[in-house]
Amino acid sequence: MSVTLYVPRDAVALGLGANKVARALFAGAERRGLDVTIVRTGSRGLAWLEPMVEVGTSEGRIAYGPVKLADVEALLDAGLTTGGDHALRLGDPEKIPFLARQQRLTFHRCGVIDPVSVDDYRAHGGYRGLEAALKLDAEGVVAAVRDSGLRGRGGAGFPAGIKWNTVMLAQADQKYVVCNADEGDSGTFADRMMMEGDPFNLIEGMTIAGVATGATRGYIYLRSEYPQAFATLKEAIANGIQAGVLGDDVLGSGKSFHLDVRLGAGAYICGEETSLLESLEGKRGIVRAKPPIPALKGFLGKPTLVNNVMTFTAVPWILDNGAKAYADYGMGRSLGTLPIQLAGNIKHGGLIEMAFGITLRQVIEDFGGGTRSGRPVRAVQVGGPLGAYFPDHLLDTPLDYEAMAAQKGLVGHGGIVVFDDTVDMAAQARFAFEFCATESCGKCTPCRVGATRGVETMDKVIAGIRPEANLTLIADLCEVMTDGSLCAMGGLTPMPVMSAITHFPEDFTRAGSLPVAAE
Amino acid sequence: MARHEPWSAERATGIIAEHTHLEGATLPILHALQETFGYVDTGAVPLIADALNLSRAEVHGCITFYHDFRAHPAGRHEVKLCRAEACQAMGSDTLHREILGRLGCGWHETTADGNATVEPVYCLGLCANGPAALIDGEPLAHLTADALEAALTEVRQ
Repeated sequence: MSVTLYVPRDAVALGLGANKVARALFAGAERRGLDVTIVRTGSRGLAWLEPMVEVGTSEGRIAYGPVKLADVEALLDAGLTTGGDHALRLGDPEKIPFLARQQRLTFHRCGVIDPVSVDDYRAHGGYRGLEAALKLDAEGVVAAVRDSGLRGRGGAGFPAGIKWNTVMLAQADQKYVVCNADEGDSGTFADRMMMEGDPFNLIEGMTIAGVATGATRGYIYLRSEYPQAFATLKEAIANGIQAGVLGDDVLGSGKSFHLDVRLGAGAYICGEETSLLESLEGKRGIVRAKPPIPALKGFLGKPTLVNNVMTFTAVPWILDNGAKAYADYGMGRSLGTLPIQLAGNIKHGGLIEMAFGITLRQVIEDFGGGTRSGRPVRAVQVGGPLGAYFPDHLLDTPLDYEAMAAQKGLVGHGGIVVFDDTVDMAAQARFAFEFCATESCGKCTPCRVGATRGVETMDKVIAGIRPEANLTLIADLCEVMTDGSLCAMGGLTPMPVMSAITHFPEDFTRAGSLPVAAE
Repeated sequence: MARHEPWSAERATGIIAEHTHLEGATLPILHALQETFGYVDTGAVPLIADALNLSRAEVHGCITFYHDFRAHPAGRHEVKLCRAEACQAMGSDTLHREILGRLGCGWHETTADGNATVEPVYCLGLCANGPAALIDGEPLAHLTADALEAALTEVRQ
């Protein structure tokens, strides 16, 4: 009887040798006369256990990890194909505490199924959301999204139902659905994992959006730093067309939805939705002034629904299980689950999908187990390069849009980057300005010029040149950038800078060795 | 091992023609040209402008806006090293100094033997397994200077 082995094709697993492991497993099994089939899955998101190999047994799946090429022969000798005992044996993957404690609504298939198989997707509950949507009228679908409380997961947290409603009501000969898959924030990888591990969840979510808003064409704007996700999406879309879940007659409904994936070209600013649309049109990714909003005048001037990967992929579950079931998760005005990405200097990093309301400390200590270096946690950046640095005494802040804002931080795309006590916060604040200077689109002055002046002024602080006066200047500059920038790039760069200065002031007054005259 | 073809205006015209039916064809064309030739030759600018009914300035402006597109041929292999915060938390700054020292080149530069061009990149989405890199699009996690050297030796063969 053939045994099925599951080896991830997720970029993390590949980066740790998963292809070599898969080839060695196949060759080793063949030499032993064992009949094995290898399914390349996505990742379950237990990053420190990658490559995590699973085997299908009569008692369900048994996981082993992290599996290195050098472990393969010993694992096969230990009877990996029948779930045999070995030091790397993890048992039932779903009982690993990191996974067992999660509330996986959006990610429940990721790492489980063959990502490019429509059949496997449907066998695990796929397309039940679209089937439910096709039984409703457009207003009914939009109402479900609105009543679920779903807010845009890209960072801004705008209520998804309002956006969907605006596009639905807009009149035009052509409307578009565009997925923002330009996941540029450091410390975030939920979109990548989803696109590599369960791309049909995104395809289904976008198709539901198309049906609800009357848009017959969709684009996924994907960053070029994700070549594996690009290949997987291309393959999934081709298979979807073949299977009739995309195209002129979606699931036999007579409704049409055509989807394509487009590559960005290494510009962080293209994660801003109007800049993304410019880029998708083939132009420089320069931010547009709003209004008009993209929901009314978006791609090629047509009404366009732009949502993040995590927003679209929440929708199939909502349509399948009901808006109320989703809204039962979370707290306050942050409803549903947040796919949290735990990264940086962390022992047990990865993807943690939990209802809003879990505190940063719970994520870092209970899930993460502290730093990888074993040193104390000193600073935690939440929400990407434009998010605030939190010190230890603020780690009991819950992940909730309003609670994070109250601490002058943001949830962003849910990325959490942990730093140990060797971090130099002045260097981090300088980097925030430097990154903004590198990635600014250049349209508005506060961002374009402010970022460069910020780097220069921070260099003076670091060199000990009149640090107090220069920090006052930086605070003033940050105020101008916050209030005067056209988009979040310049508008939020002050957040990491000012949080570093506020919470870690000792890092900004260390130098002081150079004479004032040096200025 | 030649990963790329030498520049040919005729070949470029063919590639451009394959994409002109797309909505917003510029970026797909530029990616296809760079994929084929390893860079976007300045000779492609008027060809793209003609095909898409754009001015040369618009095409030039587009090419130069994006970090990905290069105007000159690069080394045989492309090394992208992540410089963003999650990798910084794992000591990427120190690691990069060592790597660049060993390769004997700086950011955006090519090694003397023409084997590799090193580009900075801000996040590869491998943030729980940093420091991270991409070599010709293949990911490397838990990067060390030795691991990069081994990977570059492997692709050289």
